[in-house]
Amino acid sequence: MSIREERKTEPVEEYYTWTGKARGWLLKHLPADKLLPQDQPSYVASWIYVFGMGAIVSLVFILVSGVVLSLNGPAWYHVSDFGHFVNSVHLWSVELFFMTMVVHLWGKYWMAAWRGGRTLTWITGMGAFLVSIVAAFTGYLLQTNFDSQWIAFEGKDALNASGIGAWFNVANLGQIFGFHIVLLPLAVGAVVALHVILVRMHGVVPPIDAAETDAQLSGPDRTEATR
Amino acid sequence: MHPLISYFASLDSPGVYLGWGAFQIQLGNLIVILVMILLFVLALFLPFPSGKKRP
Repeated sequence: MSIREERKTEPVEEYYTWTGKARGWLLKHLPADKLLPQDQPSYVASWIYVFGMGAIVSLVFILVSGVVLSLNGPAWYHVSDFGHFVNSVHLWSVELFFMTMVVHLWGKYWMAAWRGGRTLTWITGMGAFLVSIVAAFTGYLLQTNFDSQWIAFEGKDALNASGIGAWFNVANLGQIFGFHIVLLPLAVGAVVALHVILVRMHGVVPPIDAAETDAQLSGPDRTEATR
Repeated sequence: MHPLISYFASLDSPGVYLGWGAFQIQLGNLIVILVMILLFVLALFLPFPSGKKRP
């Protein structure tokens, strides 16, 4: 008997508190075999399905190198050899993060990955992309060189014109430092975590031409012909 | 200085800009875009290694 069949035969528990209801909702929508699946459908065995995980690995490198940089400070990473190295790891991880994320975006766009009830997965992916751009922008401002000064004073007028200059002042190094090492990493981490959980809830999107024939499909991905 | 080191040291400079009429792009940005397109095409056509046999 499979895990899904076993779950069907279990008696339905009644939930009467918000914690119980939350547990019931999570167990229904994100059971353990969906959260950590043993296998993936055969169509996932393609290089185009690799880039999402590539972006997550890059993000881990960004976060770890960023923590090391913030603990040691600019007096260290601007001067010492190892500081320069960790600073470069941080920069190149961001380059890889954006490159893998953009290839992931192209792949998902051309396979219409919002199919089968995956609208929120698509929206959180776009959200992760947009928040990452803001995080990368604040990173450029923290180089503390003429380049960052130029970028800050080029961007200042546009941000003031949009009405957020009072809360997001690119010429205020301390404020941008706070945004870059606390608020924006938390925002990127939260949106990416939600995106990954949604991917696990709905499963990896199948190729468009698999929708008619693939027996591995389930739920809204299956057409009437294959039920 | 080794030519490769001097090349990377020169990356602190404003960079090389390429332009065709009104269109202008920095060489570094163009390289990143071309690498992404190459990765996308390779991902579509390169065969994926088969995994280990499962029971």
